[in-house]
Order: sequence, then structure tokens, then C-alpha cells
Amino acid sequence: MKYHVLEKEQLDCFIKSLAKKMKVVAPVSKGSGNYAFQEVKSAQDIAVDYIPTILPPKKYFMPVREKMLDFDLSGKEPKETAGLDACEMAIFAVHTCDLAGIQCLNIVFNERPRDYNYLLRKENLFIIGLECNKYCDSFASCALVNSHLPNGGYDLFFTDIGNKYLINVNTQKGEDFVESIGLPKAGASEMAALEKVRESKKASFKNEVDVDAKKIPEMFEKVYNSKLWEKVGEKCVSCGNCTNVCPTCYCFDMDDFINLDLKTGSRIRSWDSCQFETFATVAGGENFREERSMRQRHRVYRKFKFPVDKFNRFFCTGCGRCSRTCMAGINLKEILKEVAEESKF
Amino acid sequence: MDIKNSNWRIRRGKIINARQMTASEKWFDIQLEDGELDHEPGQFVQVELFGIGEVPISVCSSPTKKGSFELTVRAAGRVTREMHKLEKGDFIAIRGPFGKPFPVRTMVGNDLLFVAGGLGIAPLRSLINYVMDNRREFGKVDILLGCKSPKDMLFSDEIGKWSKRLDVNFACTVDKAEPDWKGNVGLITSLIPGVNLNPERTYAVVVGPPIMYKFVIAELLKKNIPERHIVLSLERHMKCGMGKCGHCQIDHPKNYYCCKDGPTFTYDEVKEAKKL
Repeated sequence: MKYHVLEKEQLDCFIKSLAKKMKVVAPVSKGSGNYAFQEVKSAQDIAVDYIPTILPPKKYFMPVREKMLDFDLSGKEPKETAGLDACEMAIFAVHTCDLAGIQCLNIVFNERPRDYNYLLRKENLFIIGLECNKYCDSFASCALVNSHLPNGGYDLFFTDIGNKYLINVNTQKGEDFVESIGLPKAGASEMAALEKVRESKKASFKNEVDVDAKKIPEMFEKVYNSKLWEKVGEKCVSCGNCTNVCPTCYCFDMDDFINLDLKTGSRIRSWDSCQFETFATVAGGENFREERSMRQRHRVYRKFKFPVDKFNRFFCTGCGRCSRTCMAGINLKEILKEVAEESKF
Repeated sequence: MDIKNSNWRIRRGKIINARQMTASEKWFDIQLEDGELDHEPGQFVQVELFGIGEVPISVCSSPTKKGSFELTVRAAGRVTREMHKLEKGDFIAIRGPFGKPFPVRTMVGNDLLFVAGGLGIAPLRSLINYVMDNRREFGKVDILLGCKSPKDMLFSDEIGKWSKRLDVNFACTVDKAEPDWKGNVGLITSLIPGVNLNPERTYAVVVGPPIMYKFVIAELLKKNIPERHIVLSLERHMKCGMGKCGHCQIDHPKNYYCCKDGPTFTYDEVKEAKKL
């Protein structure tokens, strides 16, 4: 493990050197306690002390709307061309929950058949993590799923150790960059400061839901037909906010858009949500997930049960976005508590 | 590495034959520029209509038929209605084939009972014709067919041939008929009790609308056919065909993507689903 040190007042220098090489995005305050990842030019733009952004960084490698191909119908036979716009980009100050989210999506889109658009974009990313030394708010449940600590998935990782950042270098790409700007190596005192941060986190970050994470998949085996989903469904308004803000939701829709000349157009992939009423409807009119309770159950199983069967990990990173954004006050932590209670764990 | 080499790759072709089969179903014979479709019975393709959209359609011809493949399309939505305007000689593009085929190799040496309701005959025909072309690999073959009325019957020429074959037991029924109809009238479930079968060595392959599965499967279970010997092909809206977009996931305690883990399933795999 290699560690370097950056004085906090040097952060602006760091961001500006990075911005010379590539586009830099980082959390920016949007007012009323909301934050969003967007392009920054200097450290002043960045809200280093932020709670999870409205949308997770997935928007950069799995865009909300993405062109899959252009078509031209003017000839005798239609022609189609596929292009991809994937610029080099650094994402700065990604919390550990969102790093875990990126890792989940990497697994999904690397599973064969692979998704080349996603993978090409991801190749061009320079990911810089930032450790949370304290809780963002009570919606988070990162300690439950152990994503309050770094588990890889970054090039560089920042930890605030007072007046300095300790930087963990995880990739050659990261190494090359810190070498290029001549950041000093960390000494014993800085490493001791990191230990101290981690020790104090041990005391403050505790399993938020009071259920054993190892038992969660087993719990979910018992509650598939439970009435608790009807209770959740009664509250839900099927707006799809929870899935849009989720760092591991990746369902999408495909649509063709034709230009005003009626001859050219594009096929667009856009985010979709399993919470929408027509998500599982077929052309004949049959809806295979017609109840809101079925759709909410599906969402929660997609976080705590299905991905465990498939990829041996939770697809909940504990960021708390779904509960924070829900207009109807559906709280994932409450659902987990009820699941635990009902399955008698 | 780019999209052109991935499963988003578009394969161009020509409609070499097209025929309106019934008021709502049209049949297409398609030849691809890059050669054979290279599918197995039960797989599907995504049909591409640029400017309109994509739509998943079951291949209704057997891979034993070379040179082209066939689709039978019901005008049910935006893309399929537009597809009905296509004629012989027109350009068409597809992606695929996709999906898990019928377990043809597992079924070798066993008796087969085919049950098709309505448009279910389209995906099932890819398997029936495959079995016909490899007839000696299989035991006794029964085909049961149901549709709304005689005029809704698909592939009636071919069905006429099946019904005359000595190595196939064939029965069909319609829900409602004109006075000149000489065949059975009633639901397809009424044909099952009359089938003489050895349950342990029979594979029942059932394709039809969701409502049909419930009643047909109940009849098959009464005949003691094991759950893992009942094979279904489920309908969902597959948008990508690669197990990613999420639309086709079955509402089930196991997370099946219909496009990748299906569309063919054995009944024991999916029986916990509320709607098949």
C-alpha cells in the first residue's frame, strides 16, 4: 500500500493540475443541503464536506440518456452508425458508498454479454475517493453493508487527517499522477493519524439496522409472500425516484427518436425504473408486475437477495439516497427491520 | 472493442416472402446478408425498425430449414403494427438470436406432448418442425392445438400435413366455431385427459397466453407428468436481450431474466411466479 500526503491548502493546485489533463467533476453545493456532481475548475467550487449527491456518479458512465446509434432512412436501405463519446474524466471526492456502487455496476456490465459502451466510458475514468469521517445523516446504512470503509474501486483515495489529506494510491494511473505533481510520501505520523481516524470511526459507525448482514439473504427467503410488501406498496406513488438515485440501479429503456427531416434519427438508451406501472407490460396489455407492492418488493430483493445469489454481494451500498428522496417516506432501514422481525431473526 | 462487435450489432436482411395469415398475424420469411441466423428452437430475435423501435419476436422456423428464417408477428403494439406494412423485397434488420432454447437434447429419446394456444404455435413450431425433421430421435409425439376460432388458425396448411402423418397424434379445438366446423369445440384443456401417455418419459412443451398455462399445467399434473418435464416459453418485454435492461425479469423469488435465463423454463423453475 502506497500513501502520499497533500496539504489541504494545496488541494486547489491538485484540482487545477488534474483539470489540465482531463475534465474534473466533483460534488458541488446546490443549496438546501443538496449536492450534485458537476464539472469544477478549482477547489473553491467543491463542497468537500457533502452528504450523498442527488444523483450518484453513475450518471457519468451510464448516462441518463445515451445515443446507441444514428440511422439514416433517406437511401433505399436504412444505414446506421454507432459512435461513442467517452472523454477522459476524473471524478473527485467519491464517498465509499458510491465506490461500492461503481463496483456493483462494473460487475453487471462486465458480465457477458458485456456492455461495451459502459466499459469504454469506465476505462476513461480516473476515480478519486474520499473517506467519510462522520455520518452524513440518519438515512445512511453504510456500516450495515460495510461500505463505510474503502474496499478498492478507486485510483486514489483521500482521507482527511486534520490539516492534510492522506492519499492511498491504488493504481498505476494514480501513481503516475501523484508522481507527476510531486506529492511527498506519507510518514509515520500521518499513518498514525489514519489509524486514529479509523479507530474513531469504529466507535461512531455501527450497524444501523441491528440485523446481522450475513443473515439478510436468508431473511429474504422467508418474506417473499409477506403482507409487509402491501404496506410498502400502499405508500408508494410509483414515481421512480428511488431507482433513479440508486447507485446500483441500472435498468434502461430503448427508444427511437426521429429528427424533423423525418429521415435521420437516433436510438437512445435512457434510465428506466421498475417502479413505473408499465415497466413489465407487454404489447398485448398483460402487466407482469402490476401491483405497486410487487414492484417495491422487486426493488428491495434486487438489493438484498438477487445480487447475493448472482454476484455474492449486496447491491445496497447504504448511501440512503432512496429513503432520503422518497416523497412517500418509504425508508429502507425500516423495511429491513420489518423483514428481520417477520422472518424472526 | 466497439458496439458493432457486441450484441447490439445489427444484422441486415431482406424479406424474401410475406403473407397475411389472419386479420392480426402476418408471416415473414427473412434472409440475412451475413448468412444463417444460427438459432435453436425456442430462441427469439429483436426486430429493428429504425425510427420506430425494436421488438422481440420468437423465431417460428426450425434451424433445420436453411437459408432463411421465419417470424410470425401479431400486430399488438407500435412496432408490430408498423411491421405489418412490410412486404416481400423490403429491407429488415435484426439483433440476435437470443435466449435459452427448448431443451432439445434433453428431450431426445422421450415422448413429446406439444400444447399450443393461439399465437403460442409460433415459437412451438420451431420445435415441432425440428422434431419432424429429426423424427426418429424422439418417441411418441402428440400435438394439441387450440385457438379462438377456425379463422384464427395459424399455419393451417402445415397443420393439415401434421394431422395426416402417421407418426404424430394430432388434435385441435376452437373456443367458438361456425356451423360448418367439423372439429372439436371447447378449451384446450379438454383435449388433455384423452391423451395416452407415460408420464415418466414424456416431456410436455406448452406455449400460450398466461391464462392458459394455469389450466393446462393443472391438467398435465393430473396426468402425473413431473414438474421438470413441463417446459414453457414465457412472454415478457425483452428490450435488450442481454439480461441487462430489466424489463423482462420474472416476478419470482429467484431473479430470472426472461431473455437470458428463458424464455423457455421448466415448470419447476418458475412455478412460484404469480403469473406465468
